[in-house]
Amino acid sequence: MHMENLNRLRLLACEIRMETMKIIASKGNGHVGGSLSIADVLAVLYGEVMKYDPQDPNWKERDWLILSKGHAGPALYAALGIAGFYPKEAAYHLNEAGSDFPSHADHNRTRGVDITTGSLGQGISEAVGVALGNRMQGIDSHVFVICGDGECDEGQVWEAAQFAAHNHLDNLIGFVDSNGRQLDGTIDEVMSHGKGIGAKFDAFGWGVIEVSDGNDVEQILEAVRKALTVKGKPTMIILNTVKGKGIDFAETSGEHSSTLNKQQWAEVLEEAERKYAELREALL
Amino acid sequence: MFKVAEKHDVDSRANRDAYSDAMLEMMRNNERIVHIDCDLAWCINATRIQKEFPERFFNAGIAEANAVGVACGMEATGMIPFVHSFGVFASRRAFDQAFLSAGYSERAIHIIGSDPGITASFNGPTHMPLEDCGLYLNVPNAIVLDPCDYAQTYALTRRSAAEKNLTYMRLIRRSFRTIYEDGSDFEIGKGVLLREGKDVTIVASGVMVYNAIKAAELLEKQGIDAEVIDMHTWKPLDEELLLKSVGKTGAIVTAENHEVNTGLGSAIANVLAARHPVPQEFIGIHNRYGMVASQDYLEREFGMTLENIAEAAIRAIGRK
Repeated sequence: MHMENLNRLRLLACEIRMETMKIIASKGNGHVGGSLSIADVLAVLYGEVMKYDPQDPNWKERDWLILSKGHAGPALYAALGIAGFYPKEAAYHLNEAGSDFPSHADHNRTRGVDITTGSLGQGISEAVGVALGNRMQGIDSHVFVICGDGECDEGQVWEAAQFAAHNHLDNLIGFVDSNGRQLDGTIDEVMSHGKGIGAKFDAFGWGVIEVSDGNDVEQILEAVRKALTVKGKPTMIILNTVKGKGIDFAETSGEHSSTLNKQQWAEVLEEAERKYAELREALL
Repeated sequence: MFKVAEKHDVDSRANRDAYSDAMLEMMRNNERIVHIDCDLAWCINATRIQKEFPERFFNAGIAEANAVGVACGMEATGMIPFVHSFGVFASRRAFDQAFLSAGYSERAIHIIGSDPGITASFNGPTHMPLEDCGLYLNVPNAIVLDPCDYAQTYALTRRSAAEKNLTYMRLIRRSFRTIYEDGSDFEIGKGVLLREGKDVTIVASGVMVYNAIKAAELLEKQGIDAEVIDMHTWKPLDEELLLKSVGKTGAIVTAENHEVNTGLGSAIANVLAARHPVPQEFIGIHNRYGMVASQDYLEREFGMTLENIAEAAIRAIGRK
């Protein structure tokens, strides 16, 4: 992988973070932490790996991205805006009455969102169904699904996991955004994952790839490229991420949902824009 | 078009075969149709589907929530999935998935809940769905069906596949009374006027249709002229037929194989209270859990016999 291309993805991840902050700032509160932790995987998927057509969001041959942790909607809206599904500014209306940009990802409302999510556990089942439906129709594409580590408390995740492995869905690649925190505290405090989230998916018959720094686009891209070669079973990529990654207050607090006043948001946006400008300067 | 059978004898065929017959017929002509089961395929003879179309039969195991989610994902790619489990699991166990992944997300999947109400008999309270349809009535734009016999089950299975919204259909497994001749067709959302009358309207669905017909015959002997409607579609409700009937009779009995607080009677009361209030009596399960017993015993235990319906009709008329 050429350094130039990796730098492009690093900058894209930084831009997704900046746009995510602008989207959440438009409302004043939202799921900052869990949106920021997936900016890098979204950059790799929308910036490099996935085939899609912003002019034809429902193109049958496309790769699908299902955000099973639907509360990270703002990060997805940022990525879709940058990818050209709509003007980036369109998303600066988070949760306004009648808005096409609700806090949780909504296929009915938002151009480019493949599946409606928000009730945790449901997205991965639907991803399995999409992968199966595409395979039955001979469509050569991949389905990517992003789950939260807290989300993996849900029994439905494991029902979906066993079904996907049983049906050898190698056109399905998942990610666990393992940021170590859920709403009420850390994963270890609230509901720990036994021998580890990766060990659990391994036991369910998935290929598992651990990414030690899930906020590093180079490591993520390498894992996805490896997953794309796996045959006969789905692959789960465990991204060890930092909740709130890239924005100081969010990284420090690790909180699930953040409410800031206008002055604080002004400071956050200044920080996000400054970091983006600095990185662009350093990389280009 | 439909044709009422001359005699309402017990069908020699198991009613469950109406579903697999309809599915096999459709699957031979439409390669997008899929059956997903939850380790109960054998119970409805869906193993026939597995045998003829192994590539379009999926067993999700005992995991109903995922089965519904997988069906929704498949539908998003253009397939037409039917999902089966016992009614208790096909409703309560997968309701959030049915509500959001299917209902809100506008995914036209077709959920089959077998062993409706008292037909679960010896499987008892854990397997006796008395609230399944009531749950699905809460899903905006969902279609809720309670067919009464082989011909109607066959027809409504076929009609479901063409719907653009989530459908929930109850499936009686065992042999039951023949109400209609084979080849009868039924339109979703259109009730069937089985018998015209002027004194009282009896609205029934599913296994209660036979009792409603027999109750009307009993009432006739007492000089009471009862109208009988088979309301196989609970949602969308055929309000036009309902209002026309009670406009004439001025009294109604609703007879359902379901909890009355959340069922057909309640749905009808909602319409009548707002548009044409008349005395209404409710036959069905009143604030009870299921229990182990024969279907006949349960009919008596819950007050759902043809005599109970006839008595309710007389009460309703008396309240005019």
